[in-house]
Amino acid sequence: MPEELSAGCARPAGGPVGENIDASMEKNKDVRKEEMKMIQVGKKAPDFTAPGYHEGKFVNVKLSDYLGKWVVLCFYPGDFTFV
Amino acid sequence: MSIDTKFVHKMWNDQELSKMVEGGIPFPMLSDAGGKVGTLYGIYDEDAGVETRGRFIIDPDGIVQAYEVLTPPVGRNVSEALRQIQGYQMVRESKGTEAAPSGWRPGKMTLKPGVDLVGKVWTVWKTEMAFD
Repeated sequence: MPEELSAGCARPAGGPVGENIDASMEKNKDVRKEEMKMIQVGKKAPDFTAPGYHEGKFVNVKLSDYLGKWVVLCFYPGDFTFV
Repeated sequence: MSIDTKFVHKMWNDQELSKMVEGGIPFPMLSDAGGKVGTLYGIYDEDAGVETRGRFIIDPDGIVQAYEVLTPPVGRNVSEALRQIQGYQMVRESKGTEAAPSGWRPGKMTLKPGVDLVGKVWTVWKTEMAFD
C-alpha cells in the first residue's frame, strides 16, 4: 500500500529493494565519493554549460561567456520546494 | 541551478515565482539533470539526488572568491551575499590596496594593509564595527 509522506524541503529518493543490489550500490558509492571534492576559493571556477529557461525562452548558458562580469551561481534542492 | 528540467523551471517561474517577483525571474534558471555540475562544485547530494544550497561568487576573471553551502531547510541571506560582492568589488577597485574588515559594508571604513598597520588595527577598528 502506498505510504503517505509529508511534504518537506528535502526530496526523498527511492531505490532498489534487496540485499544483493544494495551491496553492489554501496561499492559504487565508495568509488564515486572519492571523486566528490569541494572546490577552493581563490581558484578558477570550473567551466560548464547548462540548458535553462530565461525570460520566456529556452537557452543554453556557458559560464565562461560571463568572463568580465560578476557571477552569482546558486544551487537549490528543487523547484516548488518551500524555502 | 537545480536538477529540474527547463520545462519545470518555466512552470515554476510562470505559476509561482512571477507572483513574487514582477516580470518573473530576471536571470537564467539552469538545469543540472544528473547533478554533474553540482558534483563539479562539490555540493551535489548523491543520496538524495538533489543539489544542496550552494552559492558561489565568481569574479570577472572567473575566480571563485566566496561560497556558502546550506542544507535544504534554511534559506539564504541575500543581503549578506550582496555585502560580500560589494566587499570584493571594493577590494578589486583598489587593486588590492584596501581590505574590508569584519562587519564592513559600503560607507564603512576600510583597512589599508601595510607595515604601519601591523599591531595597530585596534587603533582604527573597534569591535562594535563587526556588527550592524
